[in-house]
Amino acid sequence: MITFMNNSDSEEEPCNERTSLMSAESPPVPSYQDGLQASEAGEAQAHRKRRAGSSRGPNNIAGGETSASSVPVRESTLENEEEELTLKYGAKHVIMLFVPVTLCMIVVVATIKSVRFYTEKNGQLIYTPFSEDTPSVGQRLLNSVLNTIVMISVIIVMTVFLVLLYKYRCYKFIHGWLILSSLMLLFLFTYIYLGEVLKTYNVAMDYPTLFIIIWNFGAVGMICIHWKGPLQLQQAYLIMISALMALVFIKYLPEWSAWVILGAISIYDLMAVLCPKGPLRMLVETAQERNEPIFPALIYSSAMMWTVGMAKPDTAARGPSQQTWDAAEDGREHLRSPSHAESQMSDTRSPVPTRPITSLEELEEEERGVKLGLGDFIFYSVLVGKAAATASGDWNTTLACFVAILIGLCLTLLLLAVFKKALPALPISITFGLIFYFSTDNLVRPFMDTLASHQLYI
Amino acid sequence: AFFWLVSLLLSSLIWFIAVKASNPQDERLQKGLLIFGVMFSVLLQEAFRFLYYKLLRKAIEGLVALSEDGCSPISIQQMAYVAGVGFGLMSGAFSMINLLADALGPGTVGIHGDSQLYFLTSAFMTMVLIFLHTFWGILFFHGCEHRRWWEIAAVVIMHLTVSGLSFCNPLYVGSLVPSYLLMVAAAAWAYLLSGGSVQNLRRFLLCKC
Repeated sequence: MITFMNNSDSEEEPCNERTSLMSAESPPVPSYQDGLQASEAGEAQAHRKRRAGSSRGPNNIAGGETSASSVPVRESTLENEEEELTLKYGAKHVIMLFVPVTLCMIVVVATIKSVRFYTEKNGQLIYTPFSEDTPSVGQRLLNSVLNTIVMISVIIVMTVFLVLLYKYRCYKFIHGWLILSSLMLLFLFTYIYLGEVLKTYNVAMDYPTLFIIIWNFGAVGMICIHWKGPLQLQQAYLIMISALMALVFIKYLPEWSAWVILGAISIYDLMAVLCPKGPLRMLVETAQERNEPIFPALIYSSAMMWTVGMAKPDTAARGPSQQTWDAAEDGREHLRSPSHAESQMSDTRSPVPTRPITSLEELEEEERGVKLGLGDFIFYSVLVGKAAATASGDWNTTLACFVAILIGLCLTLLLLAVFKKALPALPISITFGLIFYFSTDNLVRPFMDTLASHQLYI
Repeated sequence: AFFWLVSLLLSSLIWFIAVKASNPQDERLQKGLLIFGVMFSVLLQEAFRFLYYKLLRKAIEGLVALSEDGCSPISIQQMAYVAGVGFGLMSGAFSMINLLADALGPGTVGIHGDSQLYFLTSAFMTMVLIFLHTFWGILFFHGCEHRRWWEIAAVVIMHLTVSGLSFCNPLYVGSLVPSYLLMVAAAAWAYLLSGGSVQNLRRFLLCKC
């Protein structure tokens, strides 16, 4: 799911007013949401992680105003501004999402091409119990479909479980689950990855050094993702764990199952986010109702926020919202709407000492952000990685899938700007990617090979 | 880039079907099919360039309608340049990248009697094609903007010529030299169309203001 965050998770006192303001102004300041994948983790052998993300939509642009009278005035002006700003900065955010997706894919492809470990078949996960080593094509197809059904049902069960936990406010459990899974990713998978890379390049490393490196990497990663840290470091860590997860998938999913799973996942994503009773949509809406941010470990955010010192008395709501924004110094954009909020905030700053309910002590600036769920990263990288690993056309196929996924992402973001609500990010990209993979591998490759052998140019 | 890719897809589909439907032993037929495939691909690429132009036109109208001061943040010439670069990069990448990957490995060039300059000439040919795509993009969009069909026809003919010349390979003088000459001509034409002039060029080279 892709989310557009116009405001940070700044809790402002007039929550009720804000929600009513939200309903008052329909199109402006939408809460774009990205499709998120439900995240499963936790078991000792849980190799899969699906990220569920909730989207936030509190619209603070016009929000934060304590006086309802000024609202109508701002509404109309804001609506027009919103459209323009949306499109202007929409393009910018497309680029801001291109870069991490590209980075993740580059890491995955580079690893696949160089480290043999991830292309060797060493067994399968328990989530894909049926083997694909059968002699007949029909049997193989059947097995892969069965594998897919098993996998998707596990995903559905996990997502529903997560949504139920969220609905019944079992935040501690969710937090513990997320922490456990990111622990495993950051330590165990990194250890394996580092081991394999060192093996490939025949570099020796002693255990104490290894321990120190992995310990530091993992500890900083945990802090960055779950607590506070510089935004770019957090983004880098999220990219790295997505890449690690994608590599695990590429290694342990059998060939045909992987493709069928990719297709099935995008259909599931479509339904889970868009159907009224879909689990992801319910997650999103619940988060929106409660004005809470999405779990920090599940979403990649491209926005930068300045929020300092939230003194909200409602600690239960603040519990999971440990977003790790940092006051980044560079490239701040002065949007007109945030400046409204700014002036508003400065007004409320003076009465702060007298009003203990005021939540924000400082809100300097906001920048809109687009949020993309980590599951999307993972599955994009799985597609491109599989293309790199198994395609006989090698780089042409990989390149074609890469371009197809990016164009799909572009289109999805365009739709996001049009529809202004949570959208699944997987379907369009994965569909394009699959089409291009199969057609490039089977149709374009012989053509290009023949052309190259005769040195003809088209 | 995406549009170029789609055009490549469709043209290879056609070629593939043709090949599968024909006798694989007949060398001349295969060669003929290949030539047909190449020409068809060229025509399809230009058709997709036209489609892309139409799409960008619509996008510009949308941007103009939404902008504050009535003009779009990006002009059609910039879009033409970007489109050309996209086409060129994609075409170049698809031509070269497998070659580069193979070049990293062990081997001897031309051991079976082919030309030893294979990699070099491939590199130069790819470069000239990328440049040409960029210039053709500018020329094509300019022609579409101002409804000068002869410009569009010239681009198509140039593209066909360059592809056709590559049939001369491995007689590289027949393919590379004319291609470079065409590139220079296209470059000059595109430069003039974009508003450049000899004075501009002189000022730029002499670093005057």
